[in-house]
Amino acid sequence: MTDWIGTIIQGSLLGGLYALFAIGLSITYGVMRVVNIAHGDFIVLAAYLALVSISMLGVHPFVVVMPVAIVMFALGYFLQRVLLNRTIGPDILPPLLVTFGLSILIQNGLLEVFSADSQALQVGDLSTASLQLPGGITIGVFPLMVFIVSLLLTVGVNLLFNRTTVGMSLRATSDDPATAGLMGIRSKHVYAMAMGLSFALVAVGGVLSGVRTTFTPGSGPASLLYAFEAVVIGGLGSLWGTFAGAVILGIAQAIGAEINAGFGVLFGHLVFLAVLIFKPTGLFARTR
Amino acid sequence: MSHITSKYLVQRSTALSHTAVWGGVVSAIVLVSVPLWGGVSLMRWGVEVICFLVLAQMWNLLAGYGGLISVGQQAFVGIGGYGLFIFAQHVGVHPFWSVLLGGILAAIVAALTAKLMFRLHAGYFAVGTWVLSEVIRIVASNLSMTGGGSGQSLTVMARMPREFRESGTYWIACALLIGASSTINLLLRSRFGLALTAVRDSETAAESQGVNVASLKFRVYVLSAFGTGLVGALYYLNTLRIAPASAFDLNWVVAAIFIVVIGGMGTVEGPIVGAAVFFGLRWLLADYGSWYWMAMGVIAVLVMVFAPKGIWGLIQNKTGVELLPMRRRLHLRK
Repeated sequence: MTDWIGTIIQGSLLGGLYALFAIGLSITYGVMRVVNIAHGDFIVLAAYLALVSISMLGVHPFVVVMPVAIVMFALGYFLQRVLLNRTIGPDILPPLLVTFGLSILIQNGLLEVFSADSQALQVGDLSTASLQLPGGITIGVFPLMVFIVSLLLTVGVNLLFNRTTVGMSLRATSDDPATAGLMGIRSKHVYAMAMGLSFALVAVGGVLSGVRTTFTPGSGPASLLYAFEAVVIGGLGSLWGTFAGAVILGIAQAIGAEINAGFGVLFGHLVFLAVLIFKPTGLFARTR
Repeated sequence: MSHITSKYLVQRSTALSHTAVWGGVVSAIVLVSVPLWGGVSLMRWGVEVICFLVLAQMWNLLAGYGGLISVGQQAFVGIGGYGLFIFAQHVGVHPFWSVLLGGILAAIVAALTAKLMFRLHAGYFAVGTWVLSEVIRIVASNLSMTGGGSGQSLTVMARMPREFRESGTYWIACALLIGASSTINLLLRSRFGLALTAVRDSETAAESQGVNVASLKFRVYVLSAFGTGLVGALYYLNTLRIAPASAFDLNWVVAAIFIVVIGGMGTVEGPIVGAAVFFGLRWLLADYGSWYWMAMGVIAVLVMVFAPKGIWGLIQNKTGVELLPMRRRLHLRK
């Protein structure tokens, strides 16, 4: 029994990481109705950026999280402003295909520059340190840290959305871009801010994920699928819903892996499909 | 197709389209004759090109005409391929017939999963079909009958004389190309095609005109899956070896999307143009590995931003040329 509780806790911690991926996707979809197919590849890009900075500056990975996040924010803002804003409109196809093209571009670009070797960001003993909980359950310290960071960021982004003017303009534009424009909100700028924010979250997720597991140029799509599944399971309209969806996904994957080493990811997919069958709008949806 | 009364004439074909059709017939004859004068490597390459072209046509049918952007078509490629192996290697059906059975298996899976997938819309549908493909891939990797994760070889083909095997595979490819192209053409010219274009342009408006949108989407999805399954079965008949990583590779749908988007989505000529660009670039950048895909990615992004109708769309805009017209023209007479 404690085995299963341990598995569920591990899964929840994994879900914390997925939440970082998922919330970025949820923001871009909520505000701009764009599904960024390259989302996972930007996660990997962030990890590689961190790798390069660490090897150039010789610092601990945690030091580069902020700089990488800022760089990625700028990248996201720039990308949206210059490229993706041209494709936003009633047709969902152009942004989807442009991000698709970007995804292939990034994957192969990274492959050219870094080769297909597995990489990992080193934090020394922290990656294997563990904590003893009552009941004989051990959890990793690093996964716990990731979970806490993810929780804090979710609280932070929620505050941003609900209490700041930036957040208010994001919500207004997502509800009705035309009227928001009448109120003096420049939608082009707002979309770019949303993408930048998403990229910043993705950067944190990418760096932390780079510590937790190895990554290669091709690791992107898997992360996209997890982020996407978390968003669908959680439902649109609530960041905490997305967080919950990510945790559920993490737990499903952990349970699957416990049953059979190769089934972790499959269980996640099956839970996703089950939510689709029984509650297509998601478990915690607040908007349609 | 021609409706003559005293005052007006409704016509679809033009002089150019008649020429194009004759050109097509001649090319088809040349294509079919290749085993008589061409070498084995030409035939194998021909089968590969045909596979990608038909795959692109099927994705175009689904996305360009049906409005359903799927990033999960590789599922049906894999099912078609595995269907071939299961029926030819394990059930004992003749491999050439097993190709058809592979396609039918893909169509059945599509029919069973369509309702579920249609709960998702737009971008979510795209990624949802991808997830489904991943599920099927994992299931196939765990199927010991077909070699699990490391795959299997089509050893039954060893019983067939080599020339028969090679020409036979090639002629199946020709039949697939000619069949798929004609079917799509005829389909798009029929009421079904009209309904499809209406749904693509505006679902609600089409529904209000009495088009059964759900049934239409379902039929397009299954038909596209059938064609894609045939492609998968044919491809692995050509390569004689299958493995889950290759059969369910995302690159299948990546290639299809690139070919259709660059060539021109929602046109019949588009995939042909796109396939020419795809294989042309491959030949040019053959030695540069990932640069080839990066070039495709850059071109796709540029096309999508600056010329959303693709290369053929650009040509059509400038010249008004339609090799295989779908629209009808009204000629008024005095």
